[in-house]
Amino acid sequence: MNSSDWFQLLIYVVALVAITKPFGLYLCKVLDTNGKTFLDPVFKPLEKLTYAVLRVDPRKEHDWKQYTIAMLMFSMIGMLFTYVILRLQAILPLNPQHQVAVSEHLAFNTAASFTTNTNWQSYGGETTMSYLSQMVALAFHNFASAAVGIAIAAVVVRGIARHSTKMLGNFWVDFTRISYYLLLPICIVYAVVLVSQGMIQNFKPYDAASIVEPFTTQVPKVDAKNNPVVDAQGHPVLVNQKVDTQNIAQGPMASQIAIKMLGTNGGGFTNANAAQPFENPTPLSNFLQMLSIFAIGSGLTYYYGRQVKHQGHGWAVWAAMITLFLAGVLVCWHYEAAGNSTLTALGVDPADGNMEGKEVRFGVFNSALFATITTDASCGAVNAMHDSFTPLGGLIPLFNMHLGEIVIGGVGAGLYGMIVFVILAVFIAGLMVGRTPEFLGKKIEPYDVKMASIVILVLAWSILGFSGWACLNKWGAPDPVTHQMTDGTNNNGPHGFTEILYAYSSATANNGSAFAGIGANTAWYNVTLAFAMLVGRFAMIVPIMALAGSLARKKLVPESAGTFPVSGPLFTVLLMGTILIVGALNFFPALTLGPIVEHFLMHVGKLY
Amino acid sequence: MAAKSHSIFDPAIVMPAIVESFKKLNPVTLARNPVMFVTEVGAVVTTVLLFVGDKGAPFGFLLQITLWLWFTVLFANFAEAMAEGRGKAQADSLRNARTQTFANRIKNGSTEKVTSEQLRKDDVVVVTAGEFIPGDGEIIEGAATVDESAITGESAPVVREAGGDRSAVTGGTRVLSDKIKIRITSNPGETFLDRMIGLVEGAKRQKTPNEIALTILLSALTIIFLVVLIALKGYGLYQSVDFPITVLVALLVCLIPTTIGGLLSAIGIAGIDRLVQKNVLAMSGRAVEAAGDVDVLLLDKTGTITLGNRQAVQFIPAPGVTERQLAEAAQLASLADETPEGRSIVVLAKQKHGLRGVELHEMPEAKFVPFTAQTRMSGLDVNGTNYRKGAAGSIRTWLGQLPKEVEAEVDAISSNGGTPLVVATKQKALGVIYLKDIVKGGLSERFERFRAIGIRTVMITGDNKLTAAAIAREAGVDDFLAEAKPEDKLALIRNEQAGGRMVAMTGDGTNDAPALAQADVGVAMNTGTQAAKEAGNMVDLDSNPTKLLEIVEIGKQLLITRGRADDLQHLQRRGQVFRHHPGDVARHLPADCAAEHHAPRLVDECDPQRSDLQRG
Repeated sequence: MNSSDWFQLLIYVVALVAITKPFGLYLCKVLDTNGKTFLDPVFKPLEKLTYAVLRVDPRKEHDWKQYTIAMLMFSMIGMLFTYVILRLQAILPLNPQHQVAVSEHLAFNTAASFTTNTNWQSYGGETTMSYLSQMVALAFHNFASAAVGIAIAAVVVRGIARHSTKMLGNFWVDFTRISYYLLLPICIVYAVVLVSQGMIQNFKPYDAASIVEPFTTQVPKVDAKNNPVVDAQGHPVLVNQKVDTQNIAQGPMASQIAIKMLGTNGGGFTNANAAQPFENPTPLSNFLQMLSIFAIGSGLTYYYGRQVKHQGHGWAVWAAMITLFLAGVLVCWHYEAAGNSTLTALGVDPADGNMEGKEVRFGVFNSALFATITTDASCGAVNAMHDSFTPLGGLIPLFNMHLGEIVIGGVGAGLYGMIVFVILAVFIAGLMVGRTPEFLGKKIEPYDVKMASIVILVLAWSILGFSGWACLNKWGAPDPVTHQMTDGTNNNGPHGFTEILYAYSSATANNGSAFAGIGANTAWYNVTLAFAMLVGRFAMIVPIMALAGSLARKKLVPESAGTFPVSGPLFTVLLMGTILIVGALNFFPALTLGPIVEHFLMHVGKLY
Repeated sequence: MAAKSHSIFDPAIVMPAIVESFKKLNPVTLARNPVMFVTEVGAVVTTVLLFVGDKGAPFGFLLQITLWLWFTVLFANFAEAMAEGRGKAQADSLRNARTQTFANRIKNGSTEKVTSEQLRKDDVVVVTAGEFIPGDGEIIEGAATVDESAITGESAPVVREAGGDRSAVTGGTRVLSDKIKIRITSNPGETFLDRMIGLVEGAKRQKTPNEIALTILLSALTIIFLVVLIALKGYGLYQSVDFPITVLVALLVCLIPTTIGGLLSAIGIAGIDRLVQKNVLAMSGRAVEAAGDVDVLLLDKTGTITLGNRQAVQFIPAPGVTERQLAEAAQLASLADETPEGRSIVVLAKQKHGLRGVELHEMPEAKFVPFTAQTRMSGLDVNGTNYRKGAAGSIRTWLGQLPKEVEAEVDAISSNGGTPLVVATKQKALGVIYLKDIVKGGLSERFERFRAIGIRTVMITGDNKLTAAAIAREAGVDDFLAEAKPEDKLALIRNEQAGGRMVAMTGDGTNDAPALAQADVGVAMNTGTQAAKEAGNMVDLDSNPTKLLEIVEIGKQLLITRGRADDLQHLQRRGQVFRHHPGDVARHLPADCAAEHHAPRLVDECDPQRSDLQRG
């Protein structure tokens, strides 16, 4: 934890503060149907043309049900589209590596994953996906799912800002404007900047490089039909293979990476994600990627404050997010810098910290910072192996997802998730001061609490339910008698359990980062994870939309001296307390059985 | 008999409550409260495990967990039963008023004797002195004194008469004198008393919106912890740890919000009960809670903010007259004046100048001149001197003109909200008596307190603006409505409500009924008409309008109590999990881990049986 790292953290926070207000102000224009932006000369004709083609009347607004149905239909058709392309990629163009069709369950998992802004990848990008699949089937969702998230956040903010109305905006208008005025232009500029750092953008077949030290490894023997050969006991037969060349993946990376970060998607072009030198060439590209993950989410809090005419409230929410973010960074960084006592005993220099699974270019601090940001923001891009973090260092990404991805959060998703906690905080505080709770002039009634409760319920049930199920089943767990690994994890004990918990946390929270270490590309994992992702996205959006509709219908109550203030340090602390008590602590028993036990065992020399 | 408070450990309440807490174990009734229902299911599970054994866990451990779980459920039931029992005790004392009464029903011109149960709405009955009034109704003929102590606790009889605001009578009260004809306004079983008894007993208690919202949140947390515990079993098995079911149940009950879940309904009942102790009957718990949310209080000036009548506070002599001379003249002019104002002048003269009040018969030569609508003055003629007092205008007419100093004083008093009375003889004006509305003590501090919690107070009065403003200033209310007619009151309430504020008011007359119905909290005075009582959602048996302030305070406390209980619960329970849970896990690690596990502090401190019990 040296001074240059501290300085870098400071620069990061300062840069984040600096871009929050400009982004927020710009969002105000983008999310207003009649908003004027400096891009109007370019995009206004395109916007009008889009409405004409889609036969959308931009002046006609939707109530929450119409809006939700439009969004669900759009997402469903998009998911189907992606599924079809992945299944057909072998016969489609732009496939210089001749990638075969993606299997049914993997295609389903991937389509669900990209539709829900999760970008969980049960595959390695460069060994599975054709360029067409990457650019059309996947990158399309990188834009679309981000735009949907921002649109939903805008609706929730409108629900709070408006009163005595049912109308919450037009989904098609919001979607079009976010794509044209926000995501596309920024990504075009951003991609060019990334190319300047050495990121590649081409359609070439992969290069082959001769490696300096050829070596021999054992691989499973396959028969003519590409099926693994097994011996009499059912174990795979292994054969020796000499390795003297290495494939260097190529492709249109920069255009993908820009939206992957800005839209908090996180699905890597290559398997190594942001640790791959082409995907993350320089320290500056690393910094810009981290900053762009938070950019829109942070700006949305300003937009929120501006729209509800209470900028202090927007900043109070922002402050709660940033406090939780900094706490996460410091804990993760601390434990990563402290390293592994067992390895220290074997002669590893403790000053290096825990370098296992880290890119040497980034080191401990940038890996810890990246891991915290990517899990705070539901991005899921990684520049280090989370599986190799120390137990408590690895607990932070897990914990961030258990918060419900509300620390800045995924674009849009972070804000609307946070507003649920704001409402619960106001409800609890209201009861404490002896009034029917009211929030920015709206009375919080049973219906609102019901919807907020469903959101918390869905998160806990999906994560705990699916991971508990996986633990109890052969497909997810080691054989209880022989302790042999089955299809699932490669580790056992608390670490193996953490891998399973992480997978379902990442899927439900729509994060998409992988703890890895778990062989997720099996039919069971692919299907259950896909359902976890769909539940984590849409089973949350629907009650949140209902909440927005209910808030918008309410009459405005004037603020009185008895109204609980929703800005200032007291509120920020209360909000964080609600998040920790009502939200995160539901996962504490699970975390205890995973990273926390593993931490204690590490100190007595037992590693997993 | 009046509603009175019962001591907490009144055996008459405690014993039935203990019985009741076992009866409430019936899962059908308990299912209304999801938190306690889950606890009971847990208790049943551990009881079964107690007999069939649970993975070799010691019997003593299982027994303790089981007992604690049953105790948790029983205690919650007991708290609810106690609250209900206290309500019932109140109700029983009210019910005593409803002993079997007979009525003389007038049918087709003749009278027949029927029991009060047989009476139907719109029947007409005759009640004579000494009889009980058989049901709620309206006097249509005659006037009588009625003993309403069974309802109000006030021993002095009250006058009830046909027409006007005092025509409503309540079933179960007794006529002391005269004979009245009453038109019955409700069917048996739905009289005012019946409804109140039902409400106080808690049988018909509706959950309030906040209670519902809180129940939803608590249920959600309970459901979450169910999956936490089910998943925990799976997580354990993955690591070859088989948590005993008893331990999981104990952990579940410790995690779910049992304290608040168990006490929620008791808190609700207690809210109504506390109002009953203040002699206020709330029609629903919703009304009590609404009282806690009120933003605006509409207070009638007379009776609520000021004492009923104006009183003399000062003698201001005209030039050339001493204050004592003025006091003497004022006293003489008021000797025969039996109005409260007149008596207050005599009292002030005695207090300030030691003038003994002379009885009229001690001055046989004196002649009393009563107040008439023409002269608008009253006074006394004695020894050829005509002492008069009256409004400035009438004295001016009588004398031709008033000295300008006196005119100045009159204006000054008026602009301060007082009422000036000019005292004069035929020869000259002697000075001015300052009559003033007396604001009840302690009100401005109380209003200050309300202001601090965001409640605005508005005074309603028929006085002119000047007077109203002065009194408003003195009482410390935030706003006032002068020269108010009943329609104005209604308009004001509508106006405030349109702005999203909640309004509370008191009223007694039939003309108050629309406003009482419109207000979120309408407290009707028991002396008021039936219409007023029907329109409001609370009735004050003492007919004390100032009590509105106490009602608001109780409503607020109800909300706060619930909020605090919830909050405390959360912090405390979650804290326990933090303290104990890691210990449990370490103990349950598989044998191969435990063998290498040299974190003795964790293992040793964690005697799981003990720590689980602390949580139970």
